Amino acid sequence: MTRYSIFSLARNALSNHQNWPKVWRSPEPKSRYEIVIIGGGGHGLATAYYLAKNHGIKNVAVVEKGWLGGGNTGRNTTIVRSNYGQPGNTLFYEKSMQLWEGLSKDLNYNVMMSHRGVLNLAHNDAQIDAFQRRGNTMRINNIDAEWLSLNQVQVLVPLLNCSSRTRFPVKGGLLQPRAGTARHDAVAWGFARGADKYGIDIIQNCEVTGIDVHAGEVKGVQTTRGPIRATKVATAVAGHTAHLCEMVGMRMPLETHVLQAMVSEPIKPCLNTVVTSGAAHVYISQSDKGELVFGGDLDFYPSYAQRGNFPRIEDVAQNVVSLFPAFGRLRLMRTWGGIMDMSMDGSPIISTSHIKGFFINGGWCYGGFKATPGSGWVYAHTIANDAPHELNIKFALNRFESGALIDESGNGATAKAH
Amino acid sequence: MMLITCPWCGRRAQTEFSYIDDATARRPNMDSVNEAEHFKFVYERDSRRGVQYELWHHHAGCGKFFKIHRDTITHEIHATSKLSNGFLEGVK
Repeated sequence: MTRYSIFSLARNALSNHQNWPKVWRSPEPKSRYEIVIIGGGGHGLATAYYLAKNHGIKNVAVVEKGWLGGGNTGRNTTIVRSNYGQPGNTLFYEKSMQLWEGLSKDLNYNVMMSHRGVLNLAHNDAQIDAFQRRGNTMRINNIDAEWLSLNQVQVLVPLLNCSSRTRFPVKGGLLQPRAGTARHDAVAWGFARGADKYGIDIIQNCEVTGIDVHAGEVKGVQTTRGPIRATKVATAVAGHTAHLCEMVGMRMPLETHVLQAMVSEPIKPCLNTVVTSGAAHVYISQSDKGELVFGGDLDFYPSYAQRGNFPRIEDVAQNVVSLFPAFGRLRLMRTWGGIMDMSMDGSPIISTSHIKGFFINGGWCYGGFKATPGSGWVYAHTIANDAPHELNIKFALNRFESGALIDESGNGATAKAH
Repeated sequence: MMLITCPWCGRRAQTEFSYIDDATARRPNMDSVNEAEHFKFVYERDSRRGVQYELWHHHAGCGKFFKIHRDTITHEIHATSKLSNGFLEGVK
């Protein structure tokens, strides 16, 4: 594998960039691996990478039904942050944030991590209290958080409508300066290249159609490219966790919904941070290409369609224009949908299961992208040791039964409300 | 935009309706239920990939709850019915 550097760039420039080697191999599946990871998105590929790097386990295959990063890895709004308040979430997401900080260097692949800050707008007294409490929780855990007054918010985001005559008047905001955005496709490609370097087989266009379990122990998977034997099988298919786990007879504390996102036509740089509003439920940033990237609520009905309906697009656009009146002049260029595992407490599941050698990573709700490196890190540990890492012990599947929920929004077992 | 036929009001835009729950879910008898069954009722879902029976609410119309037979892959609505008829008889 070519190490990317200024020298390799110069060397390849001499031959008009015609001779760059393939970034990863596309091998035929072998009949047997130690570990099969189902799902070649960010989480699955990160897990493979850290299995090899941290645990020395290289006899691994990642099987993907489509193409790498073609699911939610390529459909999210690319936001990276660690501004969580609940025990279990706070330190896990911070671990992920720390990995993001060194990820481009570690992978020798530019994931274009931009620490442009994430600003949560507060619109009323109750939100101010809740955000300041969350900010304090972050700070006592050595995570950066700053409370901004209305004036400071206006200085940071000049285009934001901070008048008192808007639909949701802004009162202040909680800023995490280190948070930001990353290039989502590059994350999948970087981890794929890193895993491939260790000899891990990445097999695309290979859909898992069944999981073989015998006497409570996993034996392998059936795929559209033939059976593959394995000692351990690990899912990383958020959005499809429920029906994948159905293959082994597990009924999950998940409900599957569609979440839409959209981009405007590209314009010159005008928004240099990520702005989110919980009251309007909208999140806005500007991509490096100049498009404004928006997201909002779920469509609020169960769906596996990877596309939603117009009422939600209209709702998100209204909220964007209410916060940024200037954006009302832009045209919407593209919209799309992704499939969410909505868990019953709004937090993820990274867990062993009652089946020996079968592991589950899912339930990411709206927010799996930011967790990509952290999820891979702790999931690799969980798979390698048959036991969770200290950072995902609270993400166990049995927490729903024991009552040890991690419910940031306090909405209870109503999946769509998280 | 999905158009949904309310059994009382007729065909209306989806914005008048909200999804509530799986229409086949049955609350266990609270006098005799054990903890495991109760847990399943509260936390576990089928998340069917394909056709399923759902409970919807016509919140911006007549305010009534009703049943929908809908495909979660295509969003196609096969049928709607009042709660009172036998729409779900024979369904697991």
